[in-house]
Amino acid sequence: MSPFELLRPRTLADALAAFEGDSAWLAGGHTLIPAMKSRLRTVDRLIDLSAVPGLEGISVEGEHLLVGAMARHLYVASSAVVRTAIPALSVLAGGIGDPQVRNRGTIGGSVANNDPAADYPAALLALDAVVETNLGSHAAEDYFQGMFSTALADGELITGIRFRIPEAAAYAKHPHPASRYALAGVFVARFAEGHRVAVTGATMGVVRWPEAERLLDSGASLEGLALESDDLSSDIHASAAFRGHLAGVMLRRAAQAIAKP
Amino acid sequence: MKAVFSLNGALHTADVPAETLLTEYLRDDLGLTGTHIGCDTSQCGACNVLLDGQSAKACTLLVATLDGADILTIEGLGTAEALHPMQAAFRSAHALQCGFCTPGMVMSGLAIAARHGPDVSEETIRHELEGNLCRCTGYQNIVTAIAEGARAMAAANRKVEPA
Repeated sequence: MSPFELLRPRTLADALAAFEGDSAWLAGGHTLIPAMKSRLRTVDRLIDLSAVPGLEGISVEGEHLLVGAMARHLYVASSAVVRTAIPALSVLAGGIGDPQVRNRGTIGGSVANNDPAADYPAALLALDAVVETNLGSHAAEDYFQGMFSTALADGELITGIRFRIPEAAAYAKHPHPASRYALAGVFVARFAEGHRVAVTGATMGVVRWPEAERLLDSGASLEGLALESDDLSSDIHASAAFRGHLAGVMLRRAAQAIAKP
Repeated sequence: MKAVFSLNGALHTADVPAETLLTEYLRDDLGLTGTHIGCDTSQCGACNVLLDGQSAKACTLLVATLDGADILTIEGLGTAEALHPMQAAFRSAHALQCGFCTPGMVMSGLAIAARHGPDVSEETIRHELEGNLCRCTGYQNIVTAIAEGARAMAAANRKVEPA
């Protein structure tokens, strides 16, 4: 790795004050450190957030579940608060990467990185979440701006994610067998006013699936539905057509999991 | 940068450049070469150590961020004469061939036993081994060994502490 300066601030104020020039936040480090090792990313200053208190809490506030940015995946997966409020989010967190990734990786890091095959972005979009930062907040709808691109300004720090608690929700994904990233992952949420469906892994960035939402709202059959988009990804792991088909299969699994008896 | 942490049960002070990875420090500075570097891209798990009791990839940890941590490597477990129950289970179940992935597998086995206890299911073991790659065995005997090791640890009332 190229040399850099490492700071370990003990307060949020010190962390924010430390950001200048070519700096980066270090959360769980399970994307950033590999990227730095392979020299895809170099920084002059790395600001480690692990000693900053108050960023990892999980709580329910009225109609919302608030998850602190530094909440590690294992903590979200095993939290009784999450399991009661949004069990599908607990399932999703328990399926990210592998145990070592879940022990270190954080929700804030994943959301800041916005990998097009990451799991959390699908939950944020389907659950109409708000990304809270030191500067304000971003609705998930506006926050995700395509592959590795977000509404975050330089030096803006995610402090937490505020999820709307749905009536019911489910997440189904077909993981890549080595990386466990989603080849296609579909998050379905049912709210009083209707369904929200978000797809990760299949396209260049997380997207809503309006046709699936319409069919679920009307109670029509989802049989044979595949995701059609000009943005479907195609690579050595899966063709665009296969990803579109997989999205349909994952949609039907998630929909079945929340079907009313 | 200085970091003070517990390493295999002893207090240790590291003074390293900020970019030093735990794998580099263990192997190159301390000669603790049981922690292997397989892929070096955070996928294979050959470099697994226990960090505050949880499995972690040492190739993806900066030493300077470990101030106050508790780190256990394969060297902290047992000796050739007195194997840790999880190591003994790997031997009796013939859970290795070339042995390269074995230290990381044993550390994952310990984390699985600590988290799920002696009655851990095969399905759980397989799910929890998703971050460990073995190119020899086909995993069958590794899964068997971890189940045996978890039972043996409970029977011996042995926790995950340095020998």
